[in-house]
Amino acid sequence: MNQMQNRSLSFLFQIGGLILAVLFVTIILVLVDAKPLDAFRLIWEGATGNSTRVASVFVVWVPLLLVTCGLLATFTAGLWNIGIEGQITVGAIFTTGVMRLFLGSSVSPVIVIILSMLAGMLGGAIWAALAGLLKTFGGVNEIFGGLGLNFIATALNIGLIFGAWSRPGIASMSGTEPFPEQFWLPTFQGFRISLWSIGFAIIGLVIIYFLLQGTHFGLRLKAVGKGIKSAFRMGIPTWQHMMLSFVICGLFAGLAGAIQVTGVYHRLIPSISSGYGFMGLMIAMLINFQAIWLAPIALFFAALNIGGIQLPIVMKLDSALTGVLQGSLVLFVLLMQGVKQRFAEKK
Amino acid sequence: MSGDIILLGLAGVIASGAPIVIAVIGETLTERAGVINLSLNGVILLSAMLGFWVSVETNSLFLGFLAGTLVGALVATIVAFSSITLKQSQVAVGFILAITCRDLAYFLGNPIMGSQGPIMLSSSVPLLRDIPILGKILFQQSLMTYLSIILIFVAWYWIFKTRPGLMLQGIGEKPAAAFVRGANVLKMRYVYTIVGGALVGLAGPLYTLSVKPGWKGTITGLDGIGWIVLAITIFGGWNPVRAAFGAYLFAFLQWLGLVLQPYMTSIPSQVLQVAPFPLMILALLFVNLGNTEWMDRLLATLPEKMRLRAIKIIRTMQSQPPGALGTPFERQ
Repeated sequence: MNQMQNRSLSFLFQIGGLILAVLFVTIILVLVDAKPLDAFRLIWEGATGNSTRVASVFVVWVPLLLVTCGLLATFTAGLWNIGIEGQITVGAIFTTGVMRLFLGSSVSPVIVIILSMLAGMLGGAIWAALAGLLKTFGGVNEIFGGLGLNFIATALNIGLIFGAWSRPGIASMSGTEPFPEQFWLPTFQGFRISLWSIGFAIIGLVIIYFLLQGTHFGLRLKAVGKGIKSAFRMGIPTWQHMMLSFVICGLFAGLAGAIQVTGVYHRLIPSISSGYGFMGLMIAMLINFQAIWLAPIALFFAALNIGGIQLPIVMKLDSALTGVLQGSLVLFVLLMQGVKQRFAEKK
Repeated sequence: MSGDIILLGLAGVIASGAPIVIAVIGETLTERAGVINLSLNGVILLSAMLGFWVSVETNSLFLGFLAGTLVGALVATIVAFSSITLKQSQVAVGFILAITCRDLAYFLGNPIMGSQGPIMLSSSVPLLRDIPILGKILFQQSLMTYLSIILIFVAWYWIFKTRPGLMLQGIGEKPAAAFVRGANVLKMRYVYTIVGGALVGLAGPLYTLSVKPGWKGTITGLDGIGWIVLAITIFGGWNPVRAAFGAYLFAFLQWLGLVLQPYMTSIPSQVLQVAPFPLMILALLFVNLGNTEWMDRLLATLPEKMRLRAIKIIRTMQSQPPGALGTPFERQ
């Protein structure tokens, strides 16, 4: 009974956080002389108005879900994998690189797509392992190692787009030469979303859920996250587990990057990670690192992103508003959680 | 390249390093008290935009800087409240604020993109400006640049040579011991987080009103500076003088990237522009080597003489965080 009460109390405070976030954004909108209700309706219609828009929401949902799945592994081990953006980018770079190798060859496109996506996962894992090595053997906090690796990945990406892989004659921010259509992940007739990528997302979610909730490995990872010293004394090889959680996260991030290349943009572009890594960190915090809530919350964030595209077109507002809404939502829910804990203490 | 151009370039390094110096010292004070304020990247962008806006509206540089300071202090108050009073993760709250403030800056700054605003002019110091070489580099700067240089030494003196500074070291290193000696740990942490945040908020307008005049939305080129400031704080070993050295080193590398561009045409210019960022992180690796276990083991295998020398080198580079950095203080 007590636990039930506690849970419903938590839920109440979370709703409070949501209300505060909406209130905050409303005030911001009033400050810039925009009609809040119009803006919210526009975002809603922008995400659900027609089937193309709904499909676009799922185009964002897939990579968002995948990176957050990966982040659950690192968060469980008590690690702040801020390097996730770079891991997505390097995944995309590896995918593009392998695909370029087979451009003129007679190898079946199916095999090329599979190989290049595997390469993307490998790339993400390598980049994550670097952050892990810096952490475990270099004594560099994963936050700063990760940030540094993000910058390096961005430099590498831009260097390739404007250098070795530039479009003949017209190197530009629009990216590398698009791949021929047989190298694209097959999509639904007339839509941008691929059944394959949705399949990957669902399989990824199931894998991470069972890995963390149902296996001995997940339990040990949790022990490392709760307290590295006591986990070590319990005989858990701690640095190996931390490295593994980084690699798992990198595999997911790399897959997200590979899907961005093969399923969405069909080429390498400068902002290939689209900020999904940082957004994934926010989602992971919002769902309190519970995989069970991941799919709906990621869908909500994706819908906000797509809905926000309409803001500059219709209302001449910057689409960064949806970022403000997402950020303040996570912030207020976290703050309310703190208020609730204090409230419970006093009782 | 003639001597004058080099001097001008170095003077530029001092000027473009100024906002980084101020922000790094702000964060150093905060972290010395045991609090990590991770929101810097967003705060610098938001204060840069709002400071510029206020200056455009009021035509007053002072009010612009004041607005930036208030933004920094306000965001720092949120960090302090949620981590000290509500005991939520400092890293989580700081990260959320870093992202949210960035988006808020881009959203609110949309109408003033590309506006013309006041620019802070340089004012040379009489007599001192005539010193050969140094005069050109140091004494023909803007007021804020002088302030940044003075701040380095004031902060150093405060932390290491005064009683409150000693207390500050205590609440970041061993808060329980400082508490027993009569320090109000929670209150002091609030104060240093807010003061540090206010300094960070000064860095934003310093960009948009002086170093990189104007607000141009996402292409203003300030995204990422806040993360670098956090890295330089570690590189600086929580010592203002060493931190300032790190800031100038970063500004110097950025300048070098610009200067070398014409000679290195095979490397895309975009790569040279971001090159200082990974270099700073590499520097972090070096200052942290002394904190790792395997380094201790490796040193133990060396012959006596070499070991002593190696330890000396590593200890000079090493930077050790305040003992209680990032951990909440509980009164027993």
